[in-house]
Amino acid sequence: MYGNDFSTPADAPGGGLLGEVEAAEAELRAAAQRGRRGGPAPDEDLAAYFAEVVDAEQKIEPRDWMPDAYRRTLIRQIAQHAHSEIIGMQPEGNWISRAPSLKRKAILLAKVQDEAGHGLYLYAAAETLGISRDELVRLLLDGRQKYSSIFNYPTLSWADVGAIGWLVDGAAIVNQVPLCRCSYGPYARAMIRVCKEESFHQRQGYEILHTLAHGTPAQQAMAQDAVDRWWYPSLAMFGPPDGDSTHSAQSMAWKIKRFSNDDLRQRFVDMCVQQAEILGLRIPDADLRWNDERQAYDYTQPDYDELLRVISGDGPCNRERIAHRRAAHSEGAWVREAAAAYAAKRAEQREKVAA
Amino acid sequence: MTDHSPLWEVFVRARRGLSHTHVGSLHAPDAELALRNARDLYTRRQEGVSIWVVPAAAITASSPDEKDAFFDPAADKVYRHPTFYEVPDGVAHL
Repeated sequence: MYGNDFSTPADAPGGGLLGEVEAAEAELRAAAQRGRRGGPAPDEDLAAYFAEVVDAEQKIEPRDWMPDAYRRTLIRQIAQHAHSEIIGMQPEGNWISRAPSLKRKAILLAKVQDEAGHGLYLYAAAETLGISRDELVRLLLDGRQKYSSIFNYPTLSWADVGAIGWLVDGAAIVNQVPLCRCSYGPYARAMIRVCKEESFHQRQGYEILHTLAHGTPAQQAMAQDAVDRWWYPSLAMFGPPDGDSTHSAQSMAWKIKRFSNDDLRQRFVDMCVQQAEILGLRIPDADLRWNDERQAYDYTQPDYDELLRVISGDGPCNRERIAHRRAAHSEGAWVREAAAAYAAKRAEQREKVAA
Repeated sequence: MTDHSPLWEVFVRARRGLSHTHVGSLHAPDAELALRNARDLYTRRQEGVSIWVVPAAAITASSPDEKDAFFDPAADKVYRHPTFYEVPDGVAHL
């Protein structure tokens, strides 16, 4: 249902990245094929064994020995990622009932359902590290674990749904494609699934913006306004600049992370420029220009003070997002209880028949 | 949720003729709901023609620590592979 309304850019957004997801998947299989000896010898140094597996581009699996800090880092990162998918359902869910056509509504519903699915793949990956789902949910609801700052911005118009798909999902894909090659097997496998699905999200957003940008002057203005508001928060999604990033160096060494925040941000900017031209929309950066020497675009950095403010709870929608999630969780309690009661009743009946 | 809703491992047969492959896990209170959740979670894009769900607690796994010793018996039985045998020149259909 996507990519049919316009011809030239159909394969442009995400196309190359999707290729990289396929490559990561092939690499995963190739690494498994290369094989290697099994677990560590009884007298072997476990840390050295772990380092050897990671250096050989092999995957660490749930029952392997791993450094405590590696486990903690992964739990924190995968949990934040899962929380982001779940909270990320809200800004777009806001437009399901007001989507401009039945087709758009059906697509948006499918997209928001995908986000729930991504959250669940990721929670399952985090659980393989020994943390329970209850704990993860609790950490989110208590505000003790974060989610992506981008979801604390409001969706003011229908065009925002397009801008989220194009820019926010686009930035997420650039961030996530390298995670398909993460050293932790369950996370890498979950990311491959997620990235394949994200490419539909990005294209549906691009199509919405393309349609609006080629519509009436009012629709064009609405599309431009959405891009104006979402551009810098999207750039901020890559995190603080490399110099200020606290977790980066160790995560690189462990091959959880493959590229620096600034490298990924640059890559995203370079991708977006041509896509914006085809949309006929302006990226709100007067200093954006090609740098022949660097073979990349120069651009204005996002406001990192704002990023910190939003992360620490003072974004436009932080309180609303968490309040909504808490309400959804407590209002859904009866469904979980009813399902559990039904399961218990059925189990009891089966026992009686068996007896 | 974990008390009432145990963990299930999900296996999907992608197409006829292929074996079921592990795709991930999920929580559900019983097998029936696990199956429905697995359909919604792992086959939204026609990824499968058949699903198995297995309570994670029912799986007994070998541990990576014992991997070498555990799988050693297979290493010294090269005669289990057809390449072990010398075939005289000129033999057909073997």
